[in-house]
Amino acid sequence: MLTSSLHRFLTGRPRAGREKLLRPARTSAGGTAVLGPRQVYILPTRAGLLHAVLLACMLIGSINYSLNLGYALTFLLAGLGLVAMLHAWRNLTGLQLQAACPAPVFAGQHSQFRITLGNPRRDARHAVTVMAQGAAPVLADIAATGQTTLDISLPARQRGWLPLPRCTAAGEFPLGLFRAWAHAELPARCLVYPSPAAPGTPWPQAAYTDGSGRHGSGDDGDFSGLREHREGDSPRRVDWKASARSESLLAKQFEGSAGGTIWLDWKMTPGRDGEARIAQLTRWVLDAQAAGMRFGLRLPGRDIAPDAGPAHLHACLQALALQGLPPS
Amino acid sequence: MKAAVNCHPLQGGQLTWLLAGLLLALAPLFAHLPPWVSLAVGALGAWRYLLMRRRLALPPLWLRLPLALGGMAGVLASHAGSLGRDASVALLVLMLGMKLLEADRRRDAILLVHAGWFLGFTTFLFSQSLLLGLYILLPTAVLAAALLDISHPGGTLGGMARLRLGCRMLLQAVPLMLVLFLLFPRLPGPLWGVPRDALEAMTGLSEDMSPGSISQLGISDEVAFRAEFSGTAPPAHQRYWRGPVFWHFDGYAWRPGTQARNLPQASLPEGSARTDYAVTLEPHNRRWLFLLDLPAELPQGAVLHPGQQVLAAQPVRSRLRYDAASHLDYRLEATLAPLARELALQLPAGSNPRTRTLGREWADSGAAPAALVERALHMFREQKFVYTLSPPRLGNHGVDQFLFDTRRGFCEHYAGSFVFLMRAAGVPARVVTGYQGGMVNPIGGYLIVRQSDAHAWAEVWLPERGWVRVDPTAAVAPQRIEAGIASALPAGEALPGLAGESFPLLRQLHLGLDALNNGWNQWVLGYNQQRQRELLSWLYGSGIGLREVAQTMVAAVTLLLLGFMLAALRGGRRAGHRLDRAFRRFEAKLGQRGLRREPWEGALDYAARAASALPQRADIIRAIATDYAAQRYGRAYTSQRCRRLIHHIRKFRP
Repeated sequence: MLTSSLHRFLTGRPRAGREKLLRPARTSAGGTAVLGPRQVYILPTRAGLLHAVLLACMLIGSINYSLNLGYALTFLLAGLGLVAMLHAWRNLTGLQLQAACPAPVFAGQHSQFRITLGNPRRDARHAVTVMAQGAAPVLADIAATGQTTLDISLPARQRGWLPLPRCTAAGEFPLGLFRAWAHAELPARCLVYPSPAAPGTPWPQAAYTDGSGRHGSGDDGDFSGLREHREGDSPRRVDWKASARSESLLAKQFEGSAGGTIWLDWKMTPGRDGEARIAQLTRWVLDAQAAGMRFGLRLPGRDIAPDAGPAHLHACLQALALQGLPPS
Repeated sequence: MKAAVNCHPLQGGQLTWLLAGLLLALAPLFAHLPPWVSLAVGALGAWRYLLMRRRLALPPLWLRLPLALGGMAGVLASHAGSLGRDASVALLVLMLGMKLLEADRRRDAILLVHAGWFLGFTTFLFSQSLLLGLYILLPTAVLAAALLDISHPGGTLGGMARLRLGCRMLLQAVPLMLVLFLLFPRLPGPLWGVPRDALEAMTGLSEDMSPGSISQLGISDEVAFRAEFSGTAPPAHQRYWRGPVFWHFDGYAWRPGTQARNLPQASLPEGSARTDYAVTLEPHNRRWLFLLDLPAELPQGAVLHPGQQVLAAQPVRSRLRYDAASHLDYRLEATLAPLARELALQLPAGSNPRTRTLGREWADSGAAPAALVERALHMFREQKFVYTLSPPRLGNHGVDQFLFDTRRGFCEHYAGSFVFLMRAAGVPARVVTGYQGGMVNPIGGYLIVRQSDAHAWAEVWLPERGWVRVDPTAAVAPQRIEAGIASALPAGEALPGLAGESFPLLRQLHLGLDALNNGWNQWVLGYNQQRQRELLSWLYGSGIGLREVAQTMVAAVTLLLLGFMLAALRGGRRAGHRLDRAFRRFEAKLGQRGLRREPWEGALDYAARAASALPQRADIIRAIATDYAAQRYGRAYTSQRCRRLIHHIRKFRP
């Protein structure tokens, strides 16, 4: 009971007074946090308390019966406990943590932060758990001078940047009598796209730049020039002759190809509030991408010119994700 | 989350380690438990093992509960309802067996590991021998490995690696153990009463003397005490270790006598030639301390009782070391108090009429007391008295039968009948028991006195000379006094194992073992508050209290832990340092041929350059550099491979 509440106090949500006491590990410019010897904290576990009770019983027995061998065994086990404490501490000290920024996810999904645990030491580390607030702990062994990666799955609840919360590396290795832990602030974040609205709402007719309102398809627009081939471009659009002359693949660009060009405008989007509009725009952006259309996005204070392709899609979704949020 | 981990089910391998550790911890206890308890706990362990192997469910509560209650009742019944040491240990063992049957979670296993360690501790309630102390390390290490296994399920660490790590951690704990053992403030025990049965196994002289009481001890080769003399040990015929003194005879047994405590306060005798020595007394659960005849200086805390008996303040229940001094030539109580004379002449009415008649005849002859003593000794010497460990049984008038019919007896027969005869002849006399002789162990240079050296002799009071020691046994069997019991007994009698002389080599071995045991007793088991303060006196001088001891302990433990932490932080890097040092030596060797490594040059580039400059050595240069790089920068490092590389570099000649 005592240790669990202590652990809760020391490892729970940050509190002003505790921040000074429990410093997180320093993070280098490259984003690697190294758990320094003074940032690894140790407390006995419930098994550790049991060990202490055993030692007390044996000590009292030794005194009462004047058993010098009893003293010796008591002190050997006490020494074992202290050595276990140091081993638990050493198991974490010097551990390197690095987190990679994961691929963007939509709100409501889980983002997977991949954390790399590096062990510069020439002996293995065992049973290190890494957890972040709100994420289930993950257990790993790290070989001598080796690396282990593990994924921390965090629920992405709202659009915007999801920073990796303070991570705690902990371990009870070797004897489970002591729990050592250290905090690390890893500079990784995940972009969370807005959750799209339910499909079904068609985009306004006025969105078509040519005003025709047609939902045609095909490459029957006017040839407007060549541009670099992008991922997602149909092979049919590749201008093979031109590409042969050039260093890279070139794609033919058509005005109004693949169903034309639309402008998705904040002002023309239905919705109770800003969030509903963002959700709707997200839906339209995804629909337009699926339909192979060129689309532009007009947000308050920001316009993104019509274009197609994954990079354009990402730029639009990022703009939607960060719309109205303070820059970070 | 933690609770969830604690509830992880146990795996087979973990349970195997645990069962092995518990079995090893239990093994030395089996000799002290009621056989059915040993069998029961063995059966429970085997049952649990089978359930694990067959992956069967554990027995339900309705089966476990009656078993546990039945076991408890059984233990109480077999120990007559008392919950002493034996019953408590039996109960602990049984409950541990029962716990095995419901152990399927991690936390159960953690509890069992700790219970196993505690079992190791309870073993010391029965014996603290060197061998047992070493043995207990084995279950301790296996249990540590079991705990490792339990706390770290399914990791990359293999079974043997766990045992190795457990042993390594125990080794690392040894310095801490030594510091704590020496410096943890020792308190004189006990904190509360010690159960009676914890003391029952102690042997020693009893509180009375009847025919057979000492000859019983005669066949025991247990050590009574060991003595170290500051000079040379006195000759055998002067080694009379004084124990209980008996005044009162009831026709069968000699007792201290209730009136003896009204005797005037005893005083230390006058004498010359003080002999200084230290005695390490094995616990015998009585207050007597054994000192050479006659005590000149008492051990600390001891008191002198009438009859020059030295008593400790408490019954001796743990091994006790004391310093004392004696006068081997002395004069005691030149005048005899009236009560003492009365007690020293007491005889039960109507017992042993023939001896009484003989005594009266001697008294009427008008000879001096000293002459009467001589006459009695002459009688023992000239008539066919036999010194034997197995004398015939005696009836109501035991002294008569012994003196006139059987004439076969052990020292208690001789001492008792001599005192009886002297009293009948009007010479004040008393019986003294104790130990006589002992064997000098040349290995270690101390005297071993065994229970088989238990002895009874007489003291008579002679005018002018005071109390004089007379040993009638010496008249019958002088070798008993000069060379010990083994040489005095007739051939064919059962000899105490160690007192026997038949196998010199065996005897030598035994003496060596005893010296080892003595050192163990003196330095390990005999370490106590007093010795702790002696040890610390070089640090603090005198006046050491609990505080100084505690301070020293805290300081020493802190220093040790800091040392460990530094070593732990450097430990991981040292391997790299070793490799780098070796490679620098390699560079220096190549440098002699003008091939200096540039600061910007990698090890492999450097080796390539060196190899092209020294084509006949190119292979070995490349091999060394490749191996170095693989170990230093890759994952190839093992301590063995590192040593091999260092060896190659040492042998390398450019």
